[in-house]
Parts: sequence; C-alpha cells; structure tokens
Amino acid sequence: MTVKLYDLAHSRAGDKGNTLTLSLIPYNADDYELLRVRVTAEAVRHHLRDIVAGEVTRYELPNLPALQFVCQQALTGGVTTSLTMDTHGKSLSYALLEMKIER
Amino acid sequence: MNERIRIGCGAGFSGDRLEPALVLLQQANLDYLVLECLAERTIALAQKRKRQNPPLGYDPLLERRIELLLPDLIARNVRLITNMGAANPLAAAEKICGIARRLNLSITVAAITGDDVFHLLSGDEKALETGQPLTASGPLVSANAYLGADAILPALATKANIIITGRVADPSLFLTPLMHEFGWLPDNADQMGQGTVIGHLLECAGQLTGGYFADPGMDVPGRKNVPDLAHLGHPFADILPDGTATFGKVAGTGGLLTLATAKEQLLYEVMDPSRYLTPDVVADFTQVRLEEVGPNQVRVSGGRGQAAPGTLKVSVGYDAGFVGEGEISYAGSKAVGRAQLAGAIIQERLRDRFPDLRVDYIGSTSVHRTSFGEYPDPYEIRLRVAGKASTASMAALVGEEVEALYTNGPAGGGGARKYVHELVGIVSTLMDRRTITPQLTLFQS
Repeated sequence: MTVKLYDLAHSRAGDKGNTLTLSLIPYNADDYELLRVRVTAEAVRHHLRDIVAGEVTRYELPNLPALQFVCQQALTGGVTTSLTMDTHGKSLSYALLEMKIER
Repeated sequence: MNERIRIGCGAGFSGDRLEPALVLLQQANLDYLVLECLAERTIALAQKRKRQNPPLGYDPLLERRIELLLPDLIARNVRLITNMGAANPLAAAEKICGIARRLNLSITVAAITGDDVFHLLSGDEKALETGQPLTASGPLVSANAYLGADAILPALATKANIIITGRVADPSLFLTPLMHEFGWLPDNADQMGQGTVIGHLLECAGQLTGGYFADPGMDVPGRKNVPDLAHLGHPFADILPDGTATFGKVAGTGGLLTLATAKEQLLYEVMDPSRYLTPDVVADFTQVRLEEVGPNQVRVSGGRGQAAPGTLKVSVGYDAGFVGEGEISYAGSKAVGRAQLAGAIIQERLRDRFPDLRVDYIGSTSVHRTSFGEYPDPYEIRLRVAGKASTASMAALVGEEVEALYTNGPAGGGGARKYVHELVGIVSTLMDRRTITPQLTLFQS
C-alpha cells in the first residue's frame, strides 16, 4: 500500500543560509522504524530534486523519535538574496510530506 | 541558591505580536522575560539604518514593546533580557530610560556591546558559505559577532532591570539567567547543553505552544488541531537547579503544548543534532527526553554538551543591489495558459537586461517550485516576476513591464502590483573569540 508522508508524520522546515532543514516526526512512534527504512537521504534527495540542488544528510533521533534532514543548496541562494517567493523555504515542510512510500 | 526559576519568552522575532508578552508578565509570575527579536538580516538592515541616522539602529518596535511592558516589569520586579538593541544597544538603552522618565519610573538598563566587529575585519577573511574572501560577495555593510552568555552574565550581577544586547546567540539569552541564578559554570558543558536546549525551545516563542503547527485539514481528527489560535499564548519554562525544565503556558490562553509541538521546535533550524553550535557550548540534542506531565505541560531533560568552540560566528552583511518585482492575476477558463503567455512575453522583453529573471505562478508552483505533477490547474493564477539590478531604477523595470501587460499582454489580466526593495546579503565567517571584547554600560532613568 502506498501512503503519503503527510498521513504518517509532521514536519517543520528551517533555514540556515542556503541550507534547508526538515524534521520528520511520526504521529505514532511505532511508525518511526518504517520511516527510518523508507525515507532515506537518497529517497528525499530524489523526491526534492526540483528543489534541492546539493546533498541531503539524514540524522536519526530515536530518542524523540524523529528524523532530521539537512539539505544543501536548497534555497536558491538563501533568505537574504533569493528571488523566490518563499525565501526562507518555510513552506517546504509540506513538500517533504508530499512524498509517497510503501507501507 | 534559588530553587526554581521561571523564564517566559514574549517574542520570537522582530515582527512578533506584542500582547502575549504582557499576558505572560501579568499572569505567569515570571522571574525573567526574554524578547528575542533579531534575525541575521535584521541586524544588517539595522546597521544600514544606523548609518543613515546614527541615533537609530535599534529594533523598530522597541518603543512600543517597552511602553507596553515597563510598568508591569517594574511593579512585578521581573527582569527583561532582549536583543532589541540590534545595531545600537546604547541608543536603545537611552531610549528605554527616556520612556521610564516619562512614566516616572526609576530603572537601571544594562547595554551589552562589543558584537560589532566591523572594524576588526579586513574583508579578506573567507566566507563560510562560499570559500571566497568576504569582499567577493559585495561591498560590506556590517559585521556582528554572536556573543554568548559570558557577555551577558556581568549585567545580571548589577541592579539592571533591563538587559539590552545586540547580536548574541538566541539560546544565550535564556542560558545566562540560569547560570546567574544557579551558579552554573561555563566549563560544565552538560549544564550549558541543557540550558541551550531550554533556550532553543523557548526562543521562537509561540512556535513552541502551537503557533506554526495547526493543520485543520487532517483526515485524522485532532492530530494538528490547535484550540483558539487567535489568542495564542507564549511559553514559559520552570527550571530546577539540575536543569530539568517544565514548559507551560498561561491558563486560558490559546494554543497547544504537547510532545508533538515540542519536537517540531526542538529540531527547528538544527543541522547536526549532536553538534548544535553556540558561543557557549557544542550542544547535543540526541539524549533529550520529552515527557508530557500534564495538559499543556512538557518536561525536558537530558541535554548534553561539549566545550564551547574557540571561535565565534560573525554575521557579515553586504550590499546586494536591488530587487524589482511585478505581479498580475488571471482567472477563469484557461487562466494558466494566459498567465504562461504573459510570463513568456516578460521573459522575452527583459532577458537581455536580467539574466537571472525569475518567473513564478502564484497558486500553482511559486513556493515549492514544483507541484509534483499531481494537482489540477487552479481557477485563478497570479504571475509573479522578480529580477535583481544594481540600481533601484533598473530594478523598477521589472514591475513596469508587468504592469504594461494590461495593454500589451494576454486577455483579462488584473490587479497588477509592482515593488522595488533593497537587498542586503549575509555571509558568515569565524573569529578567534579572544579578539572580541564584550562591554557593559549602565544607564539610569
């Protein structure tokens, strides 16, 4: 069965210069393992290929539980000089949640 | 030593709402109120304001926030720590004393300076973002080092009612009162780490208590429902001498404080969660424990850390020219086709003069730069064009061409708007912290 991350988890985006951070937090802690297996750095890099130009690094936080993605070259130059509408990339949490995985 | 300290955060960015700080002050029985109002770009813009008008350069909302809060701050003996000094903490302190005199209040204000390191830079230093010398980005306009708790701590040893800073690391605004009240020492990295976790959770104010969290469209009811967002309450934390903190908000305010809201804020803007760098510590969030201990009450423990870095991050502003923007809307049948034709026309008219011209379709792909190929065409759509130029008049051409689509473009365009604004870019560099000397100046009303 295919499921959207939106139905399993929530996310908040943050920015540091031209770098985008995206948390991925399962509503049910039981789904953390599924997310850990399916939502790899490579899968996120592929899903966000029209948005993120650089590397994607994933950090695991089993203590919460949650995953954290750090996406390089993701904000077309960063908040201060980008020509895009959402210069902070704040809305991009919902771009991650558009991703579909097999459950 | 105090048994428990309560710190509230009444503002999480320069433009934050004014009222939640007053609610905290009047109803939360605070020991300290913190207002965090200074983003990276905010201080560079403030430096430009100060250059044009030397008595300015502090936060534009300083007077309104202080006038609102000062009588209760003094009556209730709550200390205020804020970075609203921005580019000019000394002028901000004088302004606050002026307000106090007008209100017949006798107060002491401590201003922390030393973060302005513009005179210490040659411009040849490497930018962390580009690897190139700072001056390669553009003409430099400002340089502010992120000061830490060590810069603020001496002010708490004075009688100051208000401590006003320029650029300091946001979590340091919250860590410093813990060091002062509990006698925590800078070389206890785990205490610095836990204090930084507390500060990081509080620093965006309403983002901990249900702001930026609500999503009423969820299929599973209740998952992201936030009650009474219109009256969102900002958070406070009760901190024990061992660093254990219980976060809460004032009863009767709107919002929501749960494990879910706390997790979103804990990871907000965090790169490597095992190495969150501040001037005070390399904090480690990977052992943090969150527990819901009551309605709208979350207990946080387990923040750790390693010794503070020997360098301080310096935020450097540079002139990046001007950006011109224009927008126009299309609606009804085949609106997307007409907007796309308009976009193509603008590109043809401007591409020689604006090599990086940006064309977006608001209502479709403007903020995500894609719609993942899944969503149908909207009923209405707004063309938005943006371009950079070295002068304001050149940048204005973008909006002028979009406006001219009225009589020189596709059918049915409406609601054209045009804007020009100045761009200040930010790059970062590192400086040996021993070359940076924080200073404390006291003012009395």
